[in-house]
Amino acid sequence: MSKTINIKKGYDIRLVGEAAKNVTMIQSAKHAVKPTDFVGLTPKLLVQVGDEVKAGTPIIFNKHDERVVITSPVSGTVEAINRGAKRLLEEIVIKTGTGYQSESFDIKYTPDIDRAKLIELLLKSGLWASIRQRPFSVIANPDDMPRDIYVSAMDTAPLAIDLPFVIKNSLEDFQEGINALKILGNKNVKLGLPHDCTELDSLKNVDITYYKGPHPAGNISVHINKTAPINKGEIIWYAHPQDIIIIGRLCRHGHVDTTITIPVCGSQVKSPQYFTTRKGVCIDTFTDIINTEETNRYISGNVLSGTKISEKGFLGFYENQFTVIPEGNEYEFFGWIKPGLDKPSFSRTFLSRLLPYKKHVANANLHGGHRALVVTGEFEKVFPLDIYPMQLIKACIAENIDDMENLGIYEVDEEDFALPEFIDPSKTEIQHIIREGLDLIRKEMQ
Amino acid sequence: MKSLRKYIDKIKPKFSPGGKFEKFEYTFDAFETFLFVPNKTTFKGSHIRDGVDLKRTMSFVIIALIPALLFGIWNTGYQHNLAFGLDTGFWSNVWYGLGKILPLIIVSYVCGLGVEFIFAQIRKHEVNEGFLVSGMLIPLIMPADVPLWMVGIATIFAVIIGKEAFGGTGMNIFNPALLARAFVFFAYPSKISGDIVWVGGLGKATTVADGFTGATPLSFAASGKIELLPTINELFIGALPGSIGETSKIAIILGAIFLLITGIGCWRIMLSALLGGVAMSLIFNAFAANAYMTLDPLTQILMGSFLFGIVFMATDPVTAAQTNKGKWIYGFLIGIFAILIRVVNPAYPEGTMMAILLMNAFAPLIDHYVVQANIRKRLKRIKK
Repeated sequence: MSKTINIKKGYDIRLVGEAAKNVTMIQSAKHAVKPTDFVGLTPKLLVQVGDEVKAGTPIIFNKHDERVVITSPVSGTVEAINRGAKRLLEEIVIKTGTGYQSESFDIKYTPDIDRAKLIELLLKSGLWASIRQRPFSVIANPDDMPRDIYVSAMDTAPLAIDLPFVIKNSLEDFQEGINALKILGNKNVKLGLPHDCTELDSLKNVDITYYKGPHPAGNISVHINKTAPINKGEIIWYAHPQDIIIIGRLCRHGHVDTTITIPVCGSQVKSPQYFTTRKGVCIDTFTDIINTEETNRYISGNVLSGTKISEKGFLGFYENQFTVIPEGNEYEFFGWIKPGLDKPSFSRTFLSRLLPYKKHVANANLHGGHRALVVTGEFEKVFPLDIYPMQLIKACIAENIDDMENLGIYEVDEEDFALPEFIDPSKTEIQHIIREGLDLIRKEMQ
Repeated sequence: MKSLRKYIDKIKPKFSPGGKFEKFEYTFDAFETFLFVPNKTTFKGSHIRDGVDLKRTMSFVIIALIPALLFGIWNTGYQHNLAFGLDTGFWSNVWYGLGKILPLIIVSYVCGLGVEFIFAQIRKHEVNEGFLVSGMLIPLIMPADVPLWMVGIATIFAVIIGKEAFGGTGMNIFNPALLARAFVFFAYPSKISGDIVWVGGLGKATTVADGFTGATPLSFAASGKIELLPTINELFIGALPGSIGETSKIAIILGAIFLLITGIGCWRIMLSALLGGVAMSLIFNAFAANAYMTLDPLTQILMGSFLFGIVFMATDPVTAAQTNKGKWIYGFLIGIFAILIRVVNPAYPEGTMMAILLMNAFAPLIDHYVVQANIRKRLKRIKK
């Protein structure tokens, strides 16, 4: 029987700009693959500008494991290969063609397919990249056998996608994707759902746990920590529900169809709503509904752990929403002492805490300068894992690997530290510190 | 405000690297960010940030100290006028108090912030706001008659040796304000102990009003004259000789309520220290070997700087225990030691300062064992 876990620690940041639940289908002229989305992957190009590609055509491969390829999300022509500093491969832009064509694969999925064959199919189609592992949040190693596979159909981040709403419309594909995960994961597939979700009761082959509580109650790390924490040496795989739907489609129909449903949201969006499009879509597809009168912060993902992109940027491989908020790059006279009825804050020094359900317009201003880590006991209020966040952050800053291991670095991802980073009065870049800590240990282990 | 902003933007290049006054870059930054929250935006991690920053956090502690400060100003004048049989009218008290306390505050801030600005410039970092609170605490825990130069030296000592030597704000082991008091206590004991230092002008007086001794409740208790102790009401109101900010429990409790409502002060430490103080008083009551030991817990808690210490000093997030379990232990032991030291050790009439400094030293150890318990749990899981 499924159980409900009540998460008490955390905080819901209520923002203006929640997407209305009407879904519009939209065609985008451009999509992109961004190699920087894949932590630890050293990309090698497989295409040139002008090449024709189909959905599922390999675009890049991992230098350290050539079996791992990233494929095109759409069919069309490679329009540009954009590089950044030190020739860092940033974007492979694909101009969509007419019609939609997918690569065909010689391996056919059947419910009794051999695990190795299934892995081969996922690797060839590029969908393997959707399966990531903990610790380190990197693409899973096909040679490993995970202890469990976790799926969270609950996103509690600000303005986040309503996953049960999206899954409900592709329930058969999702079920088939879960069936495939069951083959991959030694039958241990665990699904986390919001406590009030009833749409997905019919799902089979999955161990369901319901979660109740504020953000980050939907995070994978929280689900793992509350059910069966990761120990040193153990590996957990996880995947996003929309990626599981894409895997399910490949299993059912034999072709790569990267159709996803995403909210385009935030206070700078005139009519925030859901769109059905494909992976890697360009934000200029939505220009009509975005308010461009002031400077905007365009975010692929949510406001806490998403990636800053340009106004012509693209949706990241693992991200499932676009958020647009004001940049907020202006001075505020005596802003630090104002009563602050209009400021989203966890601190009770602002009057806004008296109106817990009021929605706020938040901008990307830092609201202060960088200071020493001083305040204690606050992170613990929004950090539901059985881990000492402050001590772990300090171990990462000190690059003390033993302490990092002992304090539970294997159980966390940078997104788990997004709320501590939000509330930190010292304005420390905590997610970055944790990512560097994870990268350091990963390199040491190689 | 636009014209002010324009003016700042105009002079800013002079204080930037390469400018005429580049040596004052971080000093300028401190003043600029005092007037305007910077236009800096996030570029890594969370795109939105809480409106709270250290300036706000620290200034809220100062707001919490205002009742104690205002009462201290009035009481300094009141005690002086009482001692000399002068008019104890409200404004007469306030003017005398202001004359004594404002210079102390100015000296404390000028010396402390001066050192902070110099270190920020040398180390090339923005000025941390930590001293805003210390600078106010230092005058409030001094006797009214303490010489200004002594406060200046004590402040400089506390900031350099107590804070900057450890790496600056956030790295210090001991509470800087308490270090300043400890410095005066050990370097110039005659200026901070005895009966005559607590009332302005008493040290140089030749004649005082009949019956006025200047003795604090603690000195009555320490000398066994508990029959002379003020009543509970008098202790609460605090129109008594003592350190400037510590006498009025009502003012301190108002500050504590403000800190608890705004979430700035740690309720765990305050409550556990209070419990520790009560526990130790009850233990003494059980033995009752002398008059001091027979004092009831309420009187013990209302005497001296116990409440001031546990509300404003023990809760300093940098020097207190950092884990929640650790905070319970840390606070409780402060309560225990504060009463223990004051009753048992004749050398230190006020145990709170010593108890907090002692526990400052042990806070990292307490945290270590709390964190080790979490680590053991994780290691145990692997063995299974």
